[in-house]
Amino acid sequence: MNPALLVLSSSTLVHLSPVDLVIVVFYFALVLAIGLYLKEQANTGEDFFMAGREMTAWVAGLAFLSANLGSLELMGWAGNSYKYGILAAHWYWIGAIPAMLFLALVMMPFYHICKTHSVPGYLKLRFGPGAQALSSISFAFMTVLMSGINMYAMAVVMRVVLGWDINVSILISSVTVMIYVALGGLRSAIFNEVLQFFLIWAGALLIPILGLVEAGGWSGLKAKILQNLTEQHVANPGSYTHAWSTLGSFTDNPMGINWVGIVFGLGAVISMGYWTTDFLVVQRVLAAKDLRSAKLAPIIGAAFKMMVPFIVILPGLLGLALLRDPHTGSLLRLVPADLAWSAAGQAQGLHGYDEVLPLMLARYCGPGLLGLGITALIAGFMSGMAGNVSAFTTVWTYDIYGALINKNASDDSKVRMGRWCTVIGVIVSIGTAYLVMNAQSIMDYVQALFSFFIAPLFGTVILGMLWKRATAAGGFWGLLAGTMSSVGMYVWVKVNPDAVRYVALSSQAQDQAQNMFRALWCWLICVVVTVVVSLLTKPKSDAELADLVYGLTPIPHEEKVSMFHSPVFWGIVVAIVFVILQIIFW
Amino acid sequence: MKSGGSLSIWFFIGVSLAVNGAIICGTGIYELVSPPEHQVVLYTLHANVWWGGVLLILGLFFSLRFSPAKERARMAGNS
Repeated sequence: MNPALLVLSSSTLVHLSPVDLVIVVFYFALVLAIGLYLKEQANTGEDFFMAGREMTAWVAGLAFLSANLGSLELMGWAGNSYKYGILAAHWYWIGAIPAMLFLALVMMPFYHICKTHSVPGYLKLRFGPGAQALSSISFAFMTVLMSGINMYAMAVVMRVVLGWDINVSILISSVTVMIYVALGGLRSAIFNEVLQFFLIWAGALLIPILGLVEAGGWSGLKAKILQNLTEQHVANPGSYTHAWSTLGSFTDNPMGINWVGIVFGLGAVISMGYWTTDFLVVQRVLAAKDLRSAKLAPIIGAAFKMMVPFIVILPGLLGLALLRDPHTGSLLRLVPADLAWSAAGQAQGLHGYDEVLPLMLARYCGPGLLGLGITALIAGFMSGMAGNVSAFTTVWTYDIYGALINKNASDDSKVRMGRWCTVIGVIVSIGTAYLVMNAQSIMDYVQALFSFFIAPLFGTVILGMLWKRATAAGGFWGLLAGTMSSVGMYVWVKVNPDAVRYVALSSQAQDQAQNMFRALWCWLICVVVTVVVSLLTKPKSDAELADLVYGLTPIPHEEKVSMFHSPVFWGIVVAIVFVILQIIFW
Repeated sequence: MKSGGSLSIWFFIGVSLAVNGAIICGTGIYELVSPPEHQVVLYTLHANVWWGGVLLILGLFFSLRFSPAKERARMAGNS
């Protein structure tokens, strides 16, 4: 029997009152109303796929962040902080902030000036149709897969937390997303993402506030975690509240990783790849109204990204310190999902790591607040799914349909294709959700599958932007070699688990550590192959590379603005706060 | 940011926060009068009253600041 379905027989974590249901229903009504209202402003391709390129920096920046703030993100990283401690915060700090600032100040001018509709579209301009086809097909495939898996994960959560039927949850949430994206296109998706950003904070912020009150502040929280983990004989109990001081050795921290993996694997490759080349997030910034807004948007996103650990990582740490069995009063120890979902786990009433956020929600939130918290989780799911669907729609229409199937498609036919593609994308996602339901292990591999394409893509894009000698053949073969080597390393470790000590430099490496090092190697392979092949093939002329490559692109003169409106100034402020946070939680 | 029509995204956000805040604050006040049988941890802090109040005030500010009438007036002033 599918382990997830065993959950169906278990009791639910929380029970919604009529007041909570009113809040949830009001949310659904509002997002549909927004979609209907925006329908009339999505008539051209620029309107439907790029939101008219008229978003302000604040709207584009919050949507940029919100598209990534899905429910899997919220609950998954809360669960990871329970499992790995504050090390999980690196995915919000060094695993995001430097890359967002790099996107804003270095890469955004190229994306903005060449007026591309997508990242594969940039690859076509820079490297030709081969690299475009490879990246767009892999992106479309992964996006739909991710959308379906998000959908299924959310439906399971609704079942575990609330006792809702999985089929009804999938149907209602996916049809809602389909309606508002098909009606209003990217503008509708962005509007709802900004709305969802506020709801997520409104619904989740109370948990860390009340949690810190109960724990006695940060020092009380640290003392309780140390005491609880020591009682449970957990190795390195003190490492759960230190972000950097335990990264000198693979064996000193719960993740089995060292600083090389975090700084270079996560910070320099995975993060740079995701935040600068994953079209799901980059599309939001491309919709900005001018270059200054396009540069400010990722900086605004970075400022809020630094704060997300407060509502995601802190609840996981609070769970380590405060969660107790309501019947016996003894410490509650969460376990891996497969154990929690097994028949034995259900019989013992075990909970998985990913349930820590709903458990904390149920701990502090009574009627009304609980409804808002659940709405935050639903909103997170919807924003993640809408992001996937709108990005898929654009890449399909411009980079697959428009580039490979109907090269002479008119603007009207592209908008029609976009609307149909939204419907089809959601239907395929629903199919994927049911596929995952019958093959639970796929969910475990999603992050790894996704990283197969992101790390090498970053190598290709960054060389394309910064090195004019990179050729079309170099770009294509580098991207292919990077992707294939990543898949190869993954299969190698699966077939021979001992290989982990070569791939991740340590036999102690956990899944996340393996992902970091695999990304680092495949990025290096992509770069080396791109460089070697480029040096052996004929480059494009400087004239052909105008507006695409650093040094050959005149950056438009930005209007004279005060210091407080300057992207560089705010980029420096964010960088300083980022460094201060690392020192505080060292 | 406006949509091309007279409704700003911030207006929608204001409405959402105001409605949710009113419901949560109202529920909290009802619980003050009639305490529930099963109380959440830190119930005595009455988080739903003050948190609902914060959301309501924030929501009303956004709703009024970006109301359709003000947006129309602003657009007329710009044109």
